[in-house]
Amino acid sequence: MIAILKYNAGNVKSVENAVRKLGYEVIITDDDKLLKSADKVIFPGVGEAASAMKYLKERGIDEVIKSLQNPVLGICLGMQLLCEHSEEGDTKGLGIFKTKVKKFPTENLVPHMGWNNFSFLNGELFQNVNLEDDCYFVHSYYAEICENSTAFTDYILTFSAALQKDNFYATQFHPEKSADNGLQILKNFLQL
Amino acid sequence: MLKKRIIPCLDIKNGRVVKGINFEGIKDAGDPIELAQRYVKEGADELVFLDITATLEKRKILCELVSEIASEINIPFTVGGGINSLEDAKMIINSGADKISINSSAIQNPKLIAEIVNEFGSQCVVLAIDTKFVDNQWIVFRNGGNVNTQLNALEWAEKGVELGAGEILLTSMNNDGTQSGFALEITQQVSEKVSVPVIASGGAGKKQDFAEVFEKSKATGALAASVFHFGQIPIPELKEFLNKQNIPVRI
Repeated sequence: MIAILKYNAGNVKSVENAVRKLGYEVIITDDDKLLKSADKVIFPGVGEAASAMKYLKERGIDEVIKSLQNPVLGICLGMQLLCEHSEEGDTKGLGIFKTKVKKFPTENLVPHMGWNNFSFLNGELFQNVNLEDDCYFVHSYYAEICENSTAFTDYILTFSAALQKDNFYATQFHPEKSADNGLQILKNFLQL
Repeated sequence: MLKKRIIPCLDIKNGRVVKGINFEGIKDAGDPIELAQRYVKEGADELVFLDITATLEKRKILCELVSEIASEINIPFTVGGGINSLEDAKMIINSGADKISINSSAIQNPKLIAEIVNEFGSQCVVLAIDTKFVDNQWIVFRNGGNVNTQLNALEWAEKGVELGAGEILLTSMNNDGTQSGFALEITQQVSEKVSVPVIASGGAGKKQDFAEVFEKSKATGALAASVFHFGQIPIPELKEFLNKQNIPVRI
């Protein structure tokens, strides 16, 4: 069973559809027992950091996420909330990844929206994925490169396109919206 | 490198894809799901669905279609047409759309942009602007091009972005359906002026038109309908062509 974390984020449906398409059963939940006992947990995210974190804290889900031992995949805002801090709403993150989330310089075209490739790739999520393979990004904030970075992407500057530490995996791009490349990455995660 | 986006637009009427010329004279272009799946296979970067007969009763049917699309395709898609309130936007996004596009309702009630942005974020809100060159000025039209709003397109685009719109879908009514190329001048002006991505729309007829709009403006996406629906320009061929001209596209 794959658990998708239920919180006040938009469009979790696409993640659910993609996971089902790969042949897995899915539950969308914020129940701590179900989250802990799931084979994998996906922490999706489209939304705003401060209000998302507030929602998680009010329900004690922040501590549940930190305590998870099963593989966790953070996507987009889900990834950013797993970092130490986000400039979006001056939000303290869950601190799994040793990096900070900053706003792209606004004089440039923001959000970073569309298909982009990688300048560095490493780790289990990226088996059968190449540097020139594009994935779909849409974000105005980025995670700085750090020791946990497993993929880099260039837009205005070089940032973390993916992170990993212990059982926590995360992507800035949306694998569920990245056609076949994204499905491969999701599949890699689900097969961990 | 960030790629330029090729975006087929599916105008939906009573559950079918249709296409008109200069906003009039509609003909059938197929089943939306089948067409959408074909475009994903061919390498379309995003899809836009515009419900051109959106009425309250039909809203439910549209939501069912949106959720079917969401379960069948795994690239981003935008849905527009008759979204008049935050509630409408919620229904569409909760059915699985990645973004909603608003047009007439935003002109009549600009605060709606901010309301939807506050709920779902800028990346979910596309401001669609239909514009026509009238008396030496690019003027915004609403209600499917029927009502002259007297608004200046450039000023309206800036206002929309100020209110939080995350993207501008700019359609030139003069060019739409003519296959004579995109409206370069206004696309250039809007894309230079605003800090969010601009999608050029209206007038694509040949591969060179796409190259030209990407070379001569800062548009990051180009949208077209009939040239894709009726097989005049296959997307893989278009992307190959752009790639050879050193325009970055996803192959």
